[in-house]
Amino acid sequence: MIKDFKHVQTAHCENGVITSLLRHQGFDFMTEPLAFGMGAGLFYIHIPYLKVNGGPMISFRTMPGWIFSKICKSLNVELDRRKFKNQIRAQKYLDQKISEGIAVGCQVGVYNLTYFPVEYRFHFNAHNLIVYGKENDNYLISDPIMEEVTTLSTNDLNKVRFAQGVLAPKGHLYFPKKIGRIDKTVIQKAIISGINRNTTMMIKAPGSIVGVTGIKRTANKISTWRDKLGPRKAGLYLGQIVRMQEEIGTGGGGFRFLYAAFLEQAADYLQEDRLMSISDQFTKAGDLWRSSAVQMAGIYKGRLTEQKDYDAITDIMTEISDIEKNAFKQLNKLKLK
Amino acid sequence: MKKKDLPQDKSALDVLTKEICYVKNSEGKYEPDLSSGWSVKIAALDNAWDDINEQVAAAKKAIRQGEKSPIYYYFVKTLMDFQVLSGYTGFWKYSIKKHMTPSGFKKLSDKKLAKYAQAFDITIDQLVNFKVE
Repeated sequence: MIKDFKHVQTAHCENGVITSLLRHQGFDFMTEPLAFGMGAGLFYIHIPYLKVNGGPMISFRTMPGWIFSKICKSLNVELDRRKFKNQIRAQKYLDQKISEGIAVGCQVGVYNLTYFPVEYRFHFNAHNLIVYGKENDNYLISDPIMEEVTTLSTNDLNKVRFAQGVLAPKGHLYFPKKIGRIDKTVIQKAIISGINRNTTMMIKAPGSIVGVTGIKRTANKISTWRDKLGPRKAGLYLGQIVRMQEEIGTGGGGFRFLYAAFLEQAADYLQEDRLMSISDQFTKAGDLWRSSAVQMAGIYKGRLTEQKDYDAITDIMTEISDIEKNAFKQLNKLKLK
Repeated sequence: MKKKDLPQDKSALDVLTKEICYVKNSEGKYEPDLSSGWSVKIAALDNAWDDINEQVAAAKKAIRQGEKSPIYYYFVKTLMDFQVLSGYTGFWKYSIKKHMTPSGFKKLSDKKLAKYAQAFDITIDQLVNFKVE
C-alpha cells in the first residue's frame, strides 16, 4: 500500500494515468500536454454508417490505449499489462500488486462507476483509473478526471473491471515494470516522434474519413442534415458531435487546446520558436471548434432553424479543416530531428 | 481560449468535480484551469437524456400494447445495446430478440430469468411481475 500517492488531475483519463504513473516513479517532467503530444493523441475520424447512441460516430482522438502504448514505446517503459477471464483471479492479482506497493492502472466501464453522477453513466468501457491501496473492503482510487481521490468497494470495482460491451475491459490492468533512462535527448526524441506520427495521421492518411479531409467531409454533410433528417434528429446528431468534442476529458475544443499546450512545451524542449506560431494556429482551431459548438447548440436548443444556420456550421468546420491542414503541413516542413 | 472566457455554468458533473480545461493565461501561456461546466454541452447532454426518456416511454407503451416484453423495457432503460446484454447474459442477439417478445418471454426458464435479472440489477419478481404504470 502506498502512503504518499500524489493524485494528479487531468482533462483526459488516459493522459492522466500515464502522467500519474510516471510521476509516481519520480519522472516529474511529465505533464498532461506532453503525454498527449508524445502519444500522438490528436485525431479526427467520422466513421460512416456506424452509429453511437443513435448519432454519428465521430472521434476527436485516437483509439483508447494508443496514447499509452506510443508513450511507453518512445520512453522505453516496459509495462506489465494483462487481461483476465476469471474475476477472482483478476482481483487476487490486483490485491497482490497493491500489497507490493505498486500503483496499478485499471481499465473500467463507466456505467456502474458508483461515484459518477448518473447523467454521465453510459456503457463506455475505456475509462482509466489508478488503484493505489486497499483499506478493509475499499480500494483507494485515483481517478484522473477528479479533483480528489476516492474509493470503490471490492464489489463495485470488480463490476466495472468486468463491464460488458464494446471495448470490454476484461479486468485489464497495467503498471510500469521497468523504465529505462529518460534524459533530455529521450524526451526530445519522443516529442518529435509524436509530432511526426500525428502529422501522418492528420494529413497523410488515405481515405476521406480521417484527419483534415474527414473534418471537411463532416462539414459538407451537416449542411444536408436539415432537409435529410429533420430538425429533431439533426439536433440530436449535432448534440452528439458537441459531446464528443467538448465533454469531460477533452480539455476543450476537441483536444485542440491540449495540443496547442503541447506544442508550447515542445518549443521549449526543442528550442524551436517556430513551434510557438504553429501552437497559435491550434488555439485558433480550438476556438473555432468552440464557435461551431455554440452554433450547433443554437440548433438543438431550437433557437436556430434555417438552412443558413446549418451552412454556418459547414463554413466554420471548413475553415477549421484548412487551418489544421496548414498547421500540420508546417509541422511536416520543419523536418524535426 | 482565454482564461477569462472559461465558462463556469453549473453542470450535473459539478456535484462530483470540476473539470480541467486548457486555457491561455494573461501572459499568453497555456495552463490548466477548472470549469464547472458549459451551457452548450449541458444542453447537448440534456437533449440526449430527453431522447432516452422518450424511448423509455415508448418501450412502456409497447408493453402495454402487448408488442414487447419487460426485457425490452429494461434493455432500453439501462441504455444497453445487444453487445452489452449479450456480454452479461451469455445469450445471442437472436435469442435476446426472441425474449423481447411477449411470447418468447413467457417461455423463459427461471435460470434464464435470473441471468436477465442480474444483468439489469433487479429481482426476478420485478421482471416477471412487471407493471406498466
